[in-house]
Amino acid sequence: MSLALMTLVLAIGCALLWQSMPAIKALGPGFVTGHEWDDAAGKYGSAAFLSGTLYSSGIAILVSVPISICSAIFLAELAPKWIRLPITFLIELLAAIPSVVYGLWGIFVLIPLLRDKIMTPALASAAIAKIPIIKSLLTGAGYGPSMLAAGLLLAIMITPFITAICRDILLAIPTMQRDAAAGLGTTQAETILKVVLPSAAPGLIGAVMLGFGRAFGETMAVTMVIGNMTPNTPDGRSIALFDPGYTIASAMANKFTEATPGIATAALIELGLVLFVTSMLINFFARSLVRLAARKIAA
Amino acid sequence: MTSLASTPVLVQRRVLNALFQALCGICAIIAIAVLGYVLWFLFRQGITYFKPSFFTRLPDNVNPVLGGIKHSILGSVNILGIALSISIPIGILSGVYQAEANGKLCQFVRFLTDVLNGIPSIVIGLFIYAIWILPYAQKHPGQGYSGIAGGAALGIMMIPLVMRTTDEMLHLVPQSLWDASLALGTPRWRTMLFVVLPSARNGIVTGVMLALARVAGETAPLLFTVLGNEFLGPITGPVDALPLRLYKYATSSDPVQNAMAWSTALTLILIILILSILARFLTRAGKRS
Repeated sequence: MSLALMTLVLAIGCALLWQSMPAIKALGPGFVTGHEWDDAAGKYGSAAFLSGTLYSSGIAILVSVPISICSAIFLAELAPKWIRLPITFLIELLAAIPSVVYGLWGIFVLIPLLRDKIMTPALASAAIAKIPIIKSLLTGAGYGPSMLAAGLLLAIMITPFITAICRDILLAIPTMQRDAAAGLGTTQAETILKVVLPSAAPGLIGAVMLGFGRAFGETMAVTMVIGNMTPNTPDGRSIALFDPGYTIASAMANKFTEATPGIATAALIELGLVLFVTSMLINFFARSLVRLAARKIAA
Repeated sequence: MTSLASTPVLVQRRVLNALFQALCGICAIIAIAVLGYVLWFLFRQGITYFKPSFFTRLPDNVNPVLGGIKHSILGSVNILGIALSISIPIGILSGVYQAEANGKLCQFVRFLTDVLNGIPSIVIGLFIYAIWILPYAQKHPGQGYSGIAGGAALGIMMIPLVMRTTDEMLHLVPQSLWDASLALGTPRWRTMLFVVLPSARNGIVTGVMLALARVAGETAPLLFTVLGNEFLGPITGPVDALPLRLYKYATSSDPVQNAMAWSTALTLILIILILSILARFLTRAGKRS
């Protein structure tokens, strides 16, 4: 039965490979390097989707990591006992909210909010147009569905997830280490920053990578707020936060209904294969790090 | 003491300490406030159509306001039933094997379950589509989507979760229970089946319910497998499911459907909430006995 699980992982890989064979044969390496996805022209390139996936997950990680790690420190080290249990329960509960519900909230609350409070003022502001790097970030179509919306929504979704894992890792660090540091007269902040965090570091990095893996493969919430349009640039890539975009997963969900049988479907399945392989790799490294950290702490 | 406490270095360290604590507290508050905002909106908007007729009627094309999501609820229940009947036997049996066996392979499989957990759900849906629906559809165009395929996709997602909890729960059963049973001359398999498994039952049921709560809201794997349906359909054909209905209503341009999306979301969240709370309640009851 356990072998069944290994066969399952292999079977997923093989099945996706088998059904994407027509596309692999017809497109070759052009699938990875090309950036145009045009059914009519028979062009299927996934480069723009891949960069969109990396970009939106990157934004999510940048926003969510500081907040999640600080919240985990608060829950594991600072908060009074009576407050820990309810908050921990709440965070676990929030990690269980389906992504499609976050997507719904994104469409009707987050997007209007971003459009009216951030995009429109930023596009109209003359001051922002003068700052070198910010200028090229805070620009784009600005009609709502965008990379920014997708990145922020992903950040909201992975925060409880990362917080929960980081909290478990921090709690696993022996109290003796903290006591020893406190005995030397360090303040609580110094104990945490110079003693607890360094020994928890590999595990925390693993937790962040797991969060990245989550954001990387997230489908529904992203599809609902990212706009599903390749940015209007020569190579289909854009760092403008207000531009719409695509991720691998959102492209699969979005193009599936209009895909004709044959090479279009096979290309979509190849897209799934790319997602499968990359997320396997990310998860493999992340889990290894978390395990390594746990073993080091135990020793 | 007072003279020490007022040296500039000490004051600086204390101020930094207080700042650090405040920063962490504020971050926790931000995290919870944003998430609370999401939930609050959900309850406020979802209550509009949250009434009995919403659960007992099908979508109404003549008067959309009177329509309901009966077919989605029934579809979800059926799909989850199939997922359960696939994942419970496979998950529990492999969990038992994992708890019993030792060695490198076993460690690797345990690691693999964690990795499998992190695979995007859309990939699992695509897997079922590639091995099941696509070959069928190539022979009979336009057919092949079924509730059973959707149940299979969700079942595959549940297997590692069920397996993991079974494994963990069996490890918590005290060795003395094993020894007592074996000393009576009971064979190992009978001990496992009639002594050890029953005493781990509550934990395993909790794990199964949490796994069910997790897959109940999955939408991506259903996109490629059950397709969705405006009517009540047999499980062997395209059926509807709550998350799928929610996605359709949320992305629709009709304001009535948009409002119904919130109520559908509220229904879904309540189901998941009830499952999670029941699971917790069971763990507590198990601990007390």
